Amino acid sequence: MGKRKVPEINSSSMADISFLLLIFFLVTTSMSVDKGLARRLPPPVQNTEDMKIDVKERNVLVVLLNTNNQLMVGGKYMDVKDLRETAKEFIQNPHNDENLPEKRDTILPTLGAMKYTKNHVISLQNDRGTEYQAYLKVQNELDAAYNELRDELSKERFGTTFAELNEDLQDEVKAVYDKKISEAEPKNYGGK
Amino acid sequence: MAKFKKSSNSKEVPAVSTASLPDIIFMLLFFFMSVTTMKEVTYMVDIKVPTATELQSLEKKNLVRFVYVGQPLAQYRGTHGSETQIQLDDAFADVSLIESYIVDERSAMPENDQSKLTVALKVDKETKMGVVSDIKQALRRAYALKITYAATPGNVY
Repeated sequence: MGKRKVPEINSSSMADISFLLLIFFLVTTSMSVDKGLARRLPPPVQNTEDMKIDVKERNVLVVLLNTNNQLMVGGKYMDVKDLRETAKEFIQNPHNDENLPEKRDTILPTLGAMKYTKNHVISLQNDRGTEYQAYLKVQNELDAAYNELRDELSKERFGTTFAELNEDLQDEVKAVYDKKISEAEPKNYGGK
Repeated sequence: MAKFKKSSNSKEVPAVSTASLPDIIFMLLFFFMSVTTMKEVTYMVDIKVPTATELQSLEKKNLVRFVYVGQPLAQYRGTHGSETQIQLDDAFADVSLIESYIVDERSAMPENDQSKLTVALKVDKETKMGVVSDIKQALRRAYALKITYAATPGNVY
């Protein structure tokens, strides 16, 4: 009856409690990162009259998407599957075709003298009745065309993929294949 | 050496202490609490986002505002019909409200983050582009020019 220890508080259930909390948080929160296609909208136009910029016809690729989700590229009916190749050829103009965008000489710090279609524009027009999935497919293919071209150039010049380049080099490759997707002010052709 | 042996003989082998287990679990808990985010809102519209391949992830959740577009869920069909609706935060909204919503949200953000505001459009894949175009026009008027079309990775064709 001399010294008696005060019994310790049993803390073995502490782990269980914190496990419960952990599982609760795992269930209620979402780890999933949202993904999407990033785009930049043009600033609002104050005066539509001023916005008319002359662009040579050869520099423009008109992509039309109608109410029935049919695609017309450069005046021809096309399947979405072929859009990527067409867009790549248009952006790159590998054989200096007269009907494809003109190439301009530019000297870049690391890449040196480059000839590329500086003034090309892809003009995307869709109808109010176009389905969103069809629209995003087209956007996705255009994105893919640019990404593939960037990758090809990076592999050719630096031996790595575009994603592995450092920021300065990425900017230069981006400058060569700059995303120029212009979306027309929405119109209502097909009616609904 | 002898002394050492003696002492180990006189006592039992001590149990492995589990006192640090709660601490470890708490560390895990705090890790998950900081890394994950609470689910944004409860959906009032039915959204199946389209598939795409060239996706970029949204880096900073606090710089992103969502606009949800789709058909109302079954329990809201009675009050809101089955036409495509826009949801902002936890309520249905009209296109005309988007502009003021974005302006409000932006002014609530810290000043040096305001220009980095990104608007993610979570749109059901069967939506007609008319609604989306209207939203884009509204966003342009609100000078929210960085947008993202939310999509899931997957085969496009």
